[in-house]
Amino acid sequence: MSVLIFADQAQGKIKKAAFEAIQYGAKVAQQFSTTATVLVLGEVAENELTALGNYGATKVLHAADARLNETEGSVFTRIIAAAAEHEAADVIIFPHNFDGKAIAPRVAARLKAGFVSGVVSYPDTSNGFVVKKSVFSGKAFANINITSAKKVIAVMPNTFAVEKSSGTATVTAFPAAVNDGDFKVKVSKVETVSGEIPLTEAEIVVSGGRGLKGPENWGLVTDLAQALGAGTACSRPVADSGWRPHHEHVGQTGLTVRPNLYFAIGISGAIQHLAGVNGSKVIVVINKDPEAPFFKAADYGIVGDAFEVVPKLTAAVKALKG
Amino acid sequence: MKILVCISKTPDTTAKIAFTDNNTKFNEAGVQFIINPYDEWYALVRALELKETLNATVHLITVGGADTEPIIRKALALGGDEAFRVNTDSPDSYFIAAQIAAHARQQGYDLILTGKETIDYNGAAIGGMVAELLDLPYVSIAAKLDLSGNTATINREIEGGEEVVNVELPVVVSCQKGMAEARIPNMRGIMAARTKPLAVVEPAAADTLTAIAGFELPPAKAGVKMISPDNVEELVKLLHEEAKVI
Ligand SMILES: Cc1cc2nc3c(=O)[nH]c(=O)nc-3n(C[C@H](O)[C@H](O)[C@H](O)COP(=O)(O)OP(=O)(O)OC[C@H]3O[C@@H](n4cnc5c(N)ncnc54)[C@H](O)[C@@H]3O)c2cc1C
Ligand SMILES: Nc1ncnc2c1ncn2[C@@H]1O[C@H](COP(=O)(O)O)[C@@H](O)[C@H]1O
Repeated sequence: MSVLIFADQAQGKIKKAAFEAIQYGAKVAQQFSTTATVLVLGEVAENELTALGNYGATKVLHAADARLNETEGSVFTRIIAAAAEHEAADVIIFPHNFDGKAIAPRVAARLKAGFVSGVVSYPDTSNGFVVKKSVFSGKAFANINITSAKKVIAVMPNTFAVEKSSGTATVTAFPAAVNDGDFKVKVSKVETVSGEIPLTEAEIVVSGGRGLKGPENWGLVTDLAQALGAGTACSRPVADSGWRPHHEHVGQTGLTVRPNLYFAIGISGAIQHLAGVNGSKVIVVINKDPEAPFFKAADYGIVGDAFEVVPKLTAAVKALKG
Repeated sequence: MKILVCISKTPDTTAKIAFTDNNTKFNEAGVQFIINPYDEWYALVRALELKETLNATVHLITVGGADTEPIIRKALALGGDEAFRVNTDSPDSYFIAAQIAAHARQQGYDLILTGKETIDYNGAAIGGMVAELLDLPYVSIAAKLDLSGNTATINREIEGGEEVVNVELPVVVSCQKGMAEARIPNMRGIMAARTKPLAVVEPAAADTLTAIAGFELPPAKAGVKMISPDNVEELVKLLHEEAKVI
């Protein structure tokens, strides 16, 4: 058996969560004294592929067909299944990001492999093949035993910190037989916020709530975010009122983020908001109300007026960063 | 036009999360169960909107025990036409997807809608599996869905933005915020739901590929460290030296 990792890319750049999945897969391969192969689809420069060895992979399979620059779930599924067969892989690993969510369950169904997503632990093989996953929107974990011979795992982003080594991987072209007619889902338009850090990939997130009173005050949030190199987010009423774009809304009904550091400014900390952010490693809450429920979920707190505290904080961060 | 909406039962968003039986079962005591929010607010309501404009039929399916019937009745009260309950309780995504696929194969649907994920299991798995089992295209985490003839135009979320895609029906779509505005059932709907067909069907043969070994709660937070608003430098120092996150 071996381990196969699907690493997704956009515009020729491997996604952050994919690096984490590669490192995870390399460690699982080590655990089973076998090899880890990475599969990359679409156009990516050779040096980027050999550099995947930095994350512990020894071998990269690459299907460079330009038509694969866009993710088409059913096409990708067939290629990944073929690569799994080619490598005799029993464990197939995905990042649990947007591409992973689109493809991993399909691959699992195709291979009749037990599937666990949002995985936050390495497999425990003392009694079967057990992985821990996040459940109840981050409020608990479940240990799931995968009982089938083939296994598909989608790794929770920002859970396994990457430690780069100087290893390099050998790259082999992988022949992916695709026809134009196979592409059933056709992308007609892509709208991404350019120049900003995608929220789900940000290591630091600065988030604002209704306590900021209006969109004209958002400079407070964006200045601090810029000083920290952070992504920006907001609570649901802020997005619903049109103060901020909808893709910044985090929580039960919005995005789930798990940064290393989450700043909540003028957000009360309703349970539905917490559901989207409680996986953050460190939470800082700035709120003028000492009774705000968010303080119970925080690591550090300041009771104070955001309009006074945040500019000082931004200045202090700039001073630190020199 | 025939639409299938996959409905799952989850604890209310504010339910206390606790476990019993040596941490192998969710403690249901005092917990109120609801339709998984993504299934109700987005998948079901969008299906109902399409029904109103396109004269479509909306079927509902849930894979679950008799305790899911109040949930299914509510979905009927909101406007679903006919419901199917596959009488089995399984936490394995593949087994559940196989049930939905078996039903869909018999009925033939133009559109199959699921929620983006369940708020208890957080699998984000069933839609993709159903699509693969039926050999259909799958568009995940969709925020908008319009139909024009046989073509669906769908906005789906990607890292840091959105993508607009076109796909021919039939298709499986997992739904999130943006799809539709939540509705509440009215009296007429509730009355009508009592007599709408709810068929209980026995599960198709399928394998179970995973099993829950147990649950854990996250370790309790050490407690919040409060810092004076006049000393933000102290916060920056702690984040840098103690937490090591900046
Ligand atoms: C089913 C459901 C799903 C939901 N999903 C989500 C979701 O996904 N995400 C989400 O965020 N919400 C969600 N909500 C809404 C949620 O319940 C809260 O209403 C919402 O999170 C509150 O937003 P807020 O904290 O910005 O505003 P508020 O609750 O109004 O809180 C504002 C806070 O700002 C503080 N404040 C005021 N002025 C200042 C100042 N000058 N300086 C510092 N602090 C100040 C106040 O003390 C207060 O704590 C959902 C609700 C329901 C019912
Ligand atoms: N037992 C079930 N019966 C019917 N539909 C389900 C069931 N479980 C999940 N689904 C559907 O699949 C979606 C994704 O669920 P999951 O993969 O468990 O996160 C849900 O939002 C539902 O639409």
